[in-house]
Amino acid sequence: MADTLLDIRNLRIEATVYPPGEPPRTATIVDDVSLTLEKGRVLGLIGESGAGKSTIGLSPMGYGRGGVRITGGEVILNGRNILQQSKNGIRKLRGREVCYVAQSAAAAFNPAQRLMDQVVESSLKHGVANRAEAEKRAIALFKKLSLPNPENIGRRYPHQVSGGQLQRVMTVMALCPEPDLIIFDEPTTALDVTTQIDVLAAIKDAIRDTGVAALYITHDLAVVTQVADDIMVLRHGKMVEKGTTFEIIKQPKQPYTQALVSVHHIEHEEKQPTPKPILSVKKVTAAYGNGIIKVLKDVTVDIHPSQTLAVVGESGSGKSTLARAITGLLPPQQGEIIFEGRKLSSRLADRSKDDLRQLQMIYQMADVAMNPRHTVGTIIGRPLTFYFGLRGAERDKRVKELLEEIEMGAGFIHRYPAELSGGQKQRVCIARALAAKPKLIICDEVTSALDPLVANGILKLLLNLQKMEQVAYLFITHDLATVKSIADSIAVMYRGELVRYGSKSQVLTPPFDDYTDLLLSSVPEMEIGWLETAIAGRKMASAGN
Amino acid sequence: MSVSAAPLVKARRRIPIGAAIGLFFTGLFLSTAIFAPLIAPHPLGEIVGDVWMPMSAKFPLGTDNLGRDLLSRMIYGTRTTIFIAAVATALSFTLGSILGFTAAVVGGWFDMTMSRCVDLLMSIPTLIFALVVLSVLPSNLVTLILLMGTLDSTRVYRLSRAVAADINAMDFVEAAKLRGEGRAWIIFREILPNALSPLVSELGLRFIFAVLFLSALSFLGLGVQPPQADWGGMVKDNKDGIVFGISAALMPAAVIGALAISVNLVADWILNRTTDLKGGRGNG
Repeated sequence: MADTLLDIRNLRIEATVYPPGEPPRTATIVDDVSLTLEKGRVLGLIGESGAGKSTIGLSPMGYGRGGVRITGGEVILNGRNILQQSKNGIRKLRGREVCYVAQSAAAAFNPAQRLMDQVVESSLKHGVANRAEAEKRAIALFKKLSLPNPENIGRRYPHQVSGGQLQRVMTVMALCPEPDLIIFDEPTTALDVTTQIDVLAAIKDAIRDTGVAALYITHDLAVVTQVADDIMVLRHGKMVEKGTTFEIIKQPKQPYTQALVSVHHIEHEEKQPTPKPILSVKKVTAAYGNGIIKVLKDVTVDIHPSQTLAVVGESGSGKSTLARAITGLLPPQQGEIIFEGRKLSSRLADRSKDDLRQLQMIYQMADVAMNPRHTVGTIIGRPLTFYFGLRGAERDKRVKELLEEIEMGAGFIHRYPAELSGGQKQRVCIARALAAKPKLIICDEVTSALDPLVANGILKLLLNLQKMEQVAYLFITHDLATVKSIADSIAVMYRGELVRYGSKSQVLTPPFDDYTDLLLSSVPEMEIGWLETAIAGRKMASAGN
Repeated sequence: MSVSAAPLVKARRRIPIGAAIGLFFTGLFLSTAIFAPLIAPHPLGEIVGDVWMPMSAKFPLGTDNLGRDLLSRMIYGTRTTIFIAAVATALSFTLGSILGFTAAVVGGWFDMTMSRCVDLLMSIPTLIFALVVLSVLPSNLVTLILLMGTLDSTRVYRLSRAVAADINAMDFVEAAKLRGEGRAWIIFREILPNALSPLVSELGLRFIFAVLFLSALSFLGLGVQPPQADWGGMVKDNKDGIVFGISAALMPAAVIGALAISVNLVADWILNRTTDLKGGRGNG
């Protein structure tokens, strides 16, 4: 083929891994993966964490992250095998023919340099343009990516623009030297859902208008559906399936792809509110910094026994602060928390041990929510000893029962958190919360850090446990798809205020207020062409601009 | 899912060469300190020859400024120096880390008071502070150890407070607080195990600083008092000989250096072995 830009053949990448307590060994990260990319096309690489998608994505730059070795195959870019290039040859290629857009723009920019200096750097280094030309080109690209104030934004420092803008500036940085290929490595994953849609649209326009080819790496099938022409599904370093976007979304052949496509389909029957809520938050106002920065304003919600209240909002909406106010970590300025008909002390230190037991919490990052020096047995066993005085064999027996309940098995009792996968860690955290036999569990973004299929397993487990243990959940999330699958009632929060609250069917039925509409319309769907429709039909601009 | 009960920290089969050397010499110093009276060829204070005799079969390292056997005095000096430095380090670590952890966990006025007191102590140069105190108080072993331990504990306090403040902000500590755990559990079961790695490496470093500090004090005549032997004091006794080409003062100085290096090699190795908080391999 004359216009083949990138041709990866039988790529094999290995690394030395250091499992805890075992001798180092060699692991295969990418195994026999081949792909071709033509000029002006976008190939989506999709897979869960550890699928090798970033590692493959970096190979056209001749780069392997720490300890990673390319041990087999060929990577042919513009007719040259870049694995045989000298260091100098690769240096000429990086930033000239291939550019890279990283996941976290905030961490990828040098905070001490102005944006423009960083954007034009590679064009100047490679002698593609002189400074005046490069800046002119950058400003044109700022306009194209609809950044506000394109003439002057380059004079700002990275901390002076928002996360969504920074991600777009990084795309400009990649486009500026007019490369043949851009690698997008999860460019929208760290953004709020309402910001993600704008960045996605900007990236898509820029790719189309400049005719650059792109590798788009993500774990989110709905996102990749919007930008890619073709999709390759990866798992454990091997290719599962490859096809056009339409083929993958509409006619997936492999079971794994089918599971990915249908991931959000959990059936959940909405329960009716009971007359006696288990926990009521009444007109709560809370603030940080001696009451100056108000993050919760006059919030009132009820949680009913063995039901789920989902609190939805983007970052900064005050949803986690609500959890902190309920648990007593941040005593509210005004308002009260009523638990089973009586008022809870606002300060954690004033609550009785039994009140503490009734209210448990599960965190977003399971690996920092468990002490890395404690075994699973200690982690789950401690609440048993602490609240119920169980010790020795009796305690071990109960820990094993709980391990069975979370579908892991008694064999895990002596393991350390570092020896568990992400999903298993979150399950252990669930077991720790359950061990206290609580009436209410606060789940703070518990599935956000997990791969879609794993997250799905956790949601199913939570629903099962709710049936078995009659526990209520306060489920904090930014992900509306999750909300639809598990909530009985929904509270939508925006900048510290409750903008919409009611049963699931009420909240999700039109007419919507502007913010709920924005939130609902921003959740990517696995439909080709969804992005354009969504952008066209929006009522308000997202806060990230 | 395969289940294996692998412990988190399993002793590595292979000890790196640096650590092996460090272990050998640290062991040598320690056993010398313990068995000093058995090993030393001559008693501590006995004059056995002429002043500053050269090395010979009878006196392997020669004799000192009074004609005492240098090797025997070095062996006894090892005992004194290591004993005082070890006890002072133990004191400074107990004091510094408990107060530092408590300050980080309790916060508020306690943290403020403790930290400002520590700042006050640290703002006075350690050696000068020690000289003033020792010239007023009776110069005996207990004073010396208490003084060294207290002065050194300010550094340990700073380190452990910083480390604990970091760990204190992590979700698993918050989970323990939400559970209603007391301060003792949070300090000793949640924070301490995770703070051990930086503390252990600091332990090696502080022990060596204690040796150097003691040697400096003795060199100035305020540390270990004669007839007891210690390395710093021996450098002082024999320093005049250097002008005449007598190496007696250099021997204890070299031993101080050797101990410093070997203890640090061991501390580094321990640090690497225990730094697998997240299943990593530390930095070694």
